[in-house]
Amino acid sequence: MTISFVHPALIMIVGACLLPLVRGPFRKPYMFLVPLVTFIDVIYLSQHAGIYGIFQFMNWELTFGRVDRLSMIFGFIMALMAIIGTLYGMHVEDEWQHVAAWFYVAGSLGAIYAGDYITLFLFWEMMAFASTFLIWARKDEEALAAGYRYILVHTFGGVVLLLGFVLRYQATGSLSFDQLNVSSPELYTWLIMAGLMLNAAVPPLHSWLPDAYSKATAIGAVFMCAFTTKTAVYTLIRSCSGFEVLIYLGVIMAIYGIIYALMENDVRKLLGWEIVSQVGFMVVGVGIGTSLAINGACAHAFAHILYKGLLFMAAGAILTATGKQKLTQLGGLYKKMPSTLVFMLIGGLAVSGLPLMSGFISKSMIITAAFEAHLLWAAFALLFVSAGTFLAAGLRLPYLIFFGTNNCSEETWEKAEDPSWNMQFAMTLAGFLCIFLGCYTPFLYDMLPNTDAVFHPYTAYHLSETLQVMAFTAFGFFMLRRYVMPKETTSLDIDWFYRMGGRAFLWIVNNPLQWLDNAVGSFYKSVAINCLMVTSAFSSWFDWNGIDGIVDGTARCVRSIGRRVSIVLQRGQIQQTIYLTVSFAAVLLVAYVWL
Amino acid sequence: MIVNLIDYLHERLQYVAYSCYLAMAIIVVWSMTVDTSHAHTWAEKMIPGFWGLFGLSSCAIVIMIAKWYGNSGIQAREDYYDN
Repeated sequence: MTISFVHPALIMIVGACLLPLVRGPFRKPYMFLVPLVTFIDVIYLSQHAGIYGIFQFMNWELTFGRVDRLSMIFGFIMALMAIIGTLYGMHVEDEWQHVAAWFYVAGSLGAIYAGDYITLFLFWEMMAFASTFLIWARKDEEALAAGYRYILVHTFGGVVLLLGFVLRYQATGSLSFDQLNVSSPELYTWLIMAGLMLNAAVPPLHSWLPDAYSKATAIGAVFMCAFTTKTAVYTLIRSCSGFEVLIYLGVIMAIYGIIYALMENDVRKLLGWEIVSQVGFMVVGVGIGTSLAINGACAHAFAHILYKGLLFMAAGAILTATGKQKLTQLGGLYKKMPSTLVFMLIGGLAVSGLPLMSGFISKSMIITAAFEAHLLWAAFALLFVSAGTFLAAGLRLPYLIFFGTNNCSEETWEKAEDPSWNMQFAMTLAGFLCIFLGCYTPFLYDMLPNTDAVFHPYTAYHLSETLQVMAFTAFGFFMLRRYVMPKETTSLDIDWFYRMGGRAFLWIVNNPLQWLDNAVGSFYKSVAINCLMVTSAFSSWFDWNGIDGIVDGTARCVRSIGRRVSIVLQRGQIQQTIYLTVSFAAVLLVAYVWL
Repeated sequence: MIVNLIDYLHERLQYVAYSCYLAMAIIVVWSMTVDTSHAHTWAEKMIPGFWGLFGLSSCAIVIMIAKWYGNSGIQAREDYYDN
């Protein structure tokens, strides 16, 4: 059976291009409709698995539409998040933010359905460039600088990926985007993994994430928290599953993220660190590579997009209302923003993995897979991070924003209010899904790529384990909460090297190199130009006195010889002249004959 | 409604605390009756309330690490980078 294939990314791209032309009362329905049509297209495609959209480009075959169970689940959640994110941002008049966001979604969907590296790379870069505009749309100096850092880091990642797949093409002659041979990795395997890893914010290539997400616009961050890292997780599942090094990197990432989250003062940076930590779980799942682990990584990415989207939406609501996002400038807001409190609590509890919430049914799959693979250390480390996650996102964050000491200025307190209807509607939708996924497990589990792995989260033992960990973590927080109070600080990270490295480079250019350039300039002025002047003066003198003198002297000499000759030989008597001429000719003739 | 509920609970903080302690006790007691045949390590089977202890110590350890790490010079003044 042939079906008509319309690429979901194409709908978003065409929609984004037409968006600035749709104005007035048509704008809002249009903005709802385009992501909805994309979502319907994704669902339609998921019913018709297969390979579509094959084009011949020079010597290569490009595949735009590889539809299988793995791309289906990621396509589904990305399209769903596009609807929620657009709903959330519907009140924003600046259409270029929406255009950038939709191109960004298109990039993500395109990368998910791509069947070869060239197509992947095309959409990969589209994502990077479109999302940069979501940072720049904030239009202040910090956002501008953060945007430049973001695009530079991602361009670097893109180049590493490009280098990897070109080397692979040279070695194997294949551009297909499939599972790499991770048991005997080549240089290109490492390069491809590093390129993909940068977008998943795996240390040491992670610093861009909290930096950029905290500087983006409110709706920009909602989109960004969903697409870049989770698309990268998808590509890692596709190409690097079972790569053992990812287990270690994932565990490091999970712990590293949570420690920075606990130190953080900026709400959205804190949530960014939480992403690093949670994506660590998925990366561990990819590294383990068993059916259950891969299912766990997919399920966790799915759940993560919704609850992290919800948390970023709540943080964005606070930022939009008060203009503040530092914990030291907030506090006690439950009286002014009760609905936002509820949404943030739902998101916080879902990320912490409270039973009946989405995190509970997804995170535990990865931990169980680690136990089943006899990776006790990894499983315990992830459980340790789970406790830390509850501490940072489920307890500390809502406590410091909505309860605790009221640090709001009078102006902030005046301005604080629950967000507009569309923002609340989007948050309700995401919040509902967080609970729905946790309560009705088949909805998510039936979509998972590996149908052979069976998992039951609601066993008595698992429930008792989770409830104990959470209850005692909460107890620990209330005992030790004075040690995690926010401070007006910024936490130094790996980005120190390129931020300060950039400055060092600038300093070198501005100081020693500039000095050298000036020195060469003044040397030239004082020595070289003088030399040149002296040389030219000499050559002018030489020309005047030397060369011209010789030429003139020769001419004068010839003239005076001529005069003398004419005085001696041409005296005016014809006989004498004939005599001299004939004698001279005779001498010449004799000389010619005899010699 | 939410605000009233929170204010109501806030006025009775002592009772809220007691009910939380009660909930913790119930969870621990219940966990002892749960079948541990699916546990992964001997510690989970042998130590009653193992995961409670694990949660509490994880919480304390992660706070300690964050505190120590932050104080070791990682937490710099806010305008460290100027942008």
